[in-house]
Amino acid sequence: MNDLIQTILTEFQKRFGADVYEFRDESSAIISFENILPAARALRDEFAFNLLTEETAVDYWPKQEPRFHVVYRFRSLDHNLIFGVRVPLNGNAPSMPSLVDVYANANWFERELWDMFGIRFEGHPDLRRLIMPYDWEGHPQRKDYPLGYEEVQFTFNFDEIDLRKPYAQE
Amino acid sequence: MTENIDYTLSPVDLDEIKHLVSERAIQGETVLLNMGPQHPSTHGVLRLLLELDGEQVINCIPDVGFLHTGIEKNMEAKTYIKAEVMTDRLDYLNTVGNNLAYCLALEKLCELDVPPRAQSIRVILTELQRIASHLIWLGTHALDVAAMSIFLYCFREREMIMDILELVSGQRMMTTYIRPGGLWRDVPVEFEEAVRKFIVYFPPRVDEYEDLLTKNPLFMDRTKRIGVLPAEVALQYGITGPMLRASGIAYDLRKTEPYSGYEQYDFQVPTFMEGDTYARYLVRIQEMREALKIVEQALNRMPLGPVRSNNRKYVPPPRSELGTSMEALIHHFKLWTEGFNPPSGSVYTAVESPRGELGVYLESDGGPKPYRVHWRTPSFTNLQVLPYISKGHLVADLVMLIGTVDIVLGDVDR
Repeated sequence: MNDLIQTILTEFQKRFGADVYEFRDESSAIISFENILPAARALRDEFAFNLLTEETAVDYWPKQEPRFHVVYRFRSLDHNLIFGVRVPLNGNAPSMPSLVDVYANANWFERELWDMFGIRFEGHPDLRRLIMPYDWEGHPQRKDYPLGYEEVQFTFNFDEIDLRKPYAQE
Repeated sequence: MTENIDYTLSPVDLDEIKHLVSERAIQGETVLLNMGPQHPSTHGVLRLLLELDGEQVINCIPDVGFLHTGIEKNMEAKTYIKAEVMTDRLDYLNTVGNNLAYCLALEKLCELDVPPRAQSIRVILTELQRIASHLIWLGTHALDVAAMSIFLYCFREREMIMDILELVSGQRMMTTYIRPGGLWRDVPVEFEEAVRKFIVYFPPRVDEYEDLLTKNPLFMDRTKRIGVLPAEVALQYGITGPMLRASGIAYDLRKTEPYSGYEQYDFQVPTFMEGDTYARYLVRIQEMREALKIVEQALNRMPLGPVRSNNRKYVPPPRSELGTSMEALIHHFKLWTEGFNPPSGSVYTAVESPRGELGVYLESDGGPKPYRVHWRTPSFTNLQVLPYISKGHLVADLVMLIGTVDIVLGDVDR
């Protein structure tokens, strides 16, 4: 493991009580959502991680108890390193601080997470749906959201199915 | 009838976007104009809400999602090998690169090794695809400033690359040729000759494009000092790829985190300091030449040997073994019905796509289907900077700026 990564991991353990783990040479720290803003600031300002490479989420329903994990990946161009941070989030309507003030491109990542997972980001300047239509109901990437199962209409039963088909109401 | 039409925005619409437009828009001093999603110069289905003062762009609010196909969700419902077919459809101008990113992630997760011949062929095809993608960009970008002939030339050359892809995989665009652990099959004998023909044919064509555009005063007027993106802003917005390199940061994943044997090849990372549309044009033109250099080196050094890993738990056996080996038949049956079960865990791999860093976050729960796939697509992050670079420019220049970001909407919306 790289020395700087080792330093960051010990620093994160000390400051934020992070759990650390390594898988396939990728080091990650698991921290709680209250600490994500100071952690991101520390990564950007102290350790020169100047890019937020990705921000995504994983839904562990119904298997695990902290239902969501928000996954961050920061990249440092100066040190040529990549570092992952995971934030477990409990409950069906979770919320956590937004990173827009630290990394500007968290804006759309977080809008997508709100759209797809229903995770609220406090302090986000523009938390609207990004990809789904603005009047969409539900959050499609959640594991309890079904994939498809729309009845297929043929000529002989088109009207019959059309009657009970849920259309967007005015 | 005309007097009944109400042209003002309804209060609900205004509330939605109130925080995004300036105070002058609320008072009606500036005009809100909708551009797209069906507009020829938005390079796909991109909708922009523009706040205009005369012809000047005060605010630009991109609205994406018109090409959302639910690929990430769909991949969770398919086995690993079937899910790969969807990766072609993300960034439809860089299909080979998408396959490569997905396969690298899967190979990292399963710890599969790829034979050197397969790696060389992967490099040749991704670099050819990079040229093809830049050709589309150049053609449409020049078309935005009414340079019609460039468009036709670019598509003519691109067709040669499409023919090479068709030669190896049977498909022009959606190849799915790169598979976990190697390739679908070895390249046909005509492959080398076809690529060599292209290597000889292409450099004079790039010179021709440069003759038509690089010192063309009309083109320079429309691109120089338009959409200047300083390096610090680019980093803040997480910009990667040619856009970052045109802002003076020589960052290329092929150099910093070499994959598929890129460390063996000698090539430059073209970098310019200006950060304007013209610099981005120069970077991409240079990249086409560098990509061709890589293709030539990879072709010269292409070793002989197998093109697929021998790990039968993940990679199907060759067709010839099925008739004679019981074990091969069992593996074949298992792999094409149930699929394989990678160890549980999550990995992130990134490749340098023509637009920037294309990353795949792949999480497995130990089952035959991916638990979560997230595509960190370069167009998605790069498009976010459009409001910044378009501020204060004319609407006519906005068309150039959409072109210079080089977005592929399939890549943005996934």
